[in-house]
Amino acid sequence: MGVFEPLYTPDSLRDLDLARDSPPPGQFPYTRGIHPDGYRGKVWTMRQFAGFGTPRDTNRRYRALLEAGGTGLSVAFDLPTLMGRDPDHPLALGEVGKCGVSVVSLADMETLFTGIDLGAVSTSMTINSPAPMLLAMYLVVAERQGVPWTSLRGTIQNDILKEFIAQKEFIYPPRPSMRLVTDIVAFCTAQAPKWNTISVSGYHIREAGATAAQELAFTLRDGIEYVQDAVDAGLDVDHFAPRISFFFNAHNDLLEEVAKYRAARRIWAHVMRERFGARDPKSWQLRFHAQTAGVSLTAQQPANNVVRTAVQALAAVLGGAQSLHTNALDEALALPTEDAALLALRTQQILAHETGVADVVDPLGGSYCIERLTADLEAEAHRQFDVIDRMGGMVAAIEAGYPQREIAESAYRDQQAVERKARTIVGVNAFESARHEPLATLYIDETAEQEQRAALDRLRRERDGNRVSAALGELQVAASGKENTMPRLLDAVRAYATVGEMCDALRQVWGEYEEVPII
Amino acid sequence: MWHHARRIVEIRMGSRIRVVIAKPGLDGHDRGAKVIARALRDAGMEVIYTGLRQTPEQIVTAALQEDADVIGLSILSGAHMHICPRIVELLREHNMEDVLVVVGGIIPDADIPKLNAIGITGVFQPGTPMQDIVEFIRGRARESAAAKVE
Repeated sequence: MGVFEPLYTPDSLRDLDLARDSPPPGQFPYTRGIHPDGYRGKVWTMRQFAGFGTPRDTNRRYRALLEAGGTGLSVAFDLPTLMGRDPDHPLALGEVGKCGVSVVSLADMETLFTGIDLGAVSTSMTINSPAPMLLAMYLVVAERQGVPWTSLRGTIQNDILKEFIAQKEFIYPPRPSMRLVTDIVAFCTAQAPKWNTISVSGYHIREAGATAAQELAFTLRDGIEYVQDAVDAGLDVDHFAPRISFFFNAHNDLLEEVAKYRAARRIWAHVMRERFGARDPKSWQLRFHAQTAGVSLTAQQPANNVVRTAVQALAAVLGGAQSLHTNALDEALALPTEDAALLALRTQQILAHETGVADVVDPLGGSYCIERLTADLEAEAHRQFDVIDRMGGMVAAIEAGYPQREIAESAYRDQQAVERKARTIVGVNAFESARHEPLATLYIDETAEQEQRAALDRLRRERDGNRVSAALGELQVAASGKENTMPRLLDAVRAYATVGEMCDALRQVWGEYEEVPII
Repeated sequence: MWHHARRIVEIRMGSRIRVVIAKPGLDGHDRGAKVIARALRDAGMEVIYTGLRQTPEQIVTAALQEDADVIGLSILSGAHMHICPRIVELLREHNMEDVLVVVGGIIPDADIPKLNAIGITGVFQPGTPMQDIVEFIRGRARESAAAKVE
């Protein structure tokens, strides 16, 4: 939690130039929002992340969501898919279909989107190390549906740096991983121009223990690294930068969170215009998705989580999020039940339609407190940029363990504050209740794992093995040189190569990353 | 086996408890594992953190090599009902039943009795104070050392 003054007055803003730094929404540097009319033109997208079991299970859920009026999908993949392992790999034991949907080959991606028109829906896919493989599958499904790639709308997370920093779902070492990110940026800029190529994510950095200031600084510095890499690869900044979006946490400290989002927009606008010389206002405008803080949820008195989530969601709305996911009350214990997930969505609907907060753009703008916090967070981010720039950039900083160490330190300090009761968590270290009613949670049975393994056996028998081997060989040739890997991945996908096989082909070329744990 | 005997005497004499903290499975969310590793170290225990993505076999081998008194598992992926029984089984195969196994993470209430039934009584859900975990491990390590000497 940030340290605040007890009172903010006009004196608090004496060194600031608000006319310059916080002009009306829609004006550079967009501190107060990228749209002049805020949510009056369009309320934020309520995009709830979902996926479980087999592609057939999840397809049923998606079709129900779309029939209920949803226009966006958000795919949660299971851990084997996220780590580029097939369901029959020893490390996949017990994990298939558990944290998300299992997608092994093009056949699964076809099933996942059966009866869903990819030309009409926007799809967000949370995938990082194997992002190019899963994106290739999505593109081939579109191809088979007769939907041109130029009309596809959606987002692929494709943010590998925060994996090294925080979430740890990495496969390859940082430098070849960066090359894959940039391959997607280059490929989509040319072939799928409406696709959002990177969702630069602070969410996981915050969940791993970062403070708001660290989340802001590390995330934007990751963004700088991606833009620099793509510029170095020869791309024109204004061709690809408008398709980079962000993903932030919405945590407990309401005022600090609102200031964080405002500071993010202001910093990014300056970085893009001044550091990279971007000229298109779309390149300057930071768009972001927000998700409430999973780490703030408690197993004790779980109903309290509804209240926490509502306040966190309010922060995201007051901060001008383009889209929002609200967590369910039972997520400290399991994936949400359908009822819990529905209540989470209702929380957003109440904020949007009952509270009036969406009627005024940046309603806290001009507050002595909020403007001061915004400026302070901005200054702290620039201080961190200087540290990381001096280290040689974010990849070098990660290799030196810098952000990992800073975050581990914050996480431990935070835990100590809870232990000392310097930070209060209702129901955990204060206002505890002796009564503990067990909560009924979602149970995912083991049939998904068996079904996916059986389907994989069948696929390996039925497909043209020679075609798969040839495509994987071509992929390795591309990976060894400088050629974009996406066209080779598309060929491998069309031959029904599996995620594990494609990832293994690249493991053979680049090796695997092993981190030195920093405690 | 004299290794074990020596450790038991050491614990009786108030020397340091050795803990292997492990992240099994494919999940990389290691905040909890790292914070608890540090808290146990600050509480005077000898802590070995295995790092990410360890199979049950690797974890039990690490415990054997490190002569651990305790294995602490951090599991957030929902795979605990696969991983925990396998670890208990491997410990039995290696005659290491005296090693205390504790688990923390996203564990539904309904699974706690099932874990207790296979001998894992230290199950820590989110929000458990570090001090409770430290005391649980200290208490159980001493009990097991005492039982072994008798």
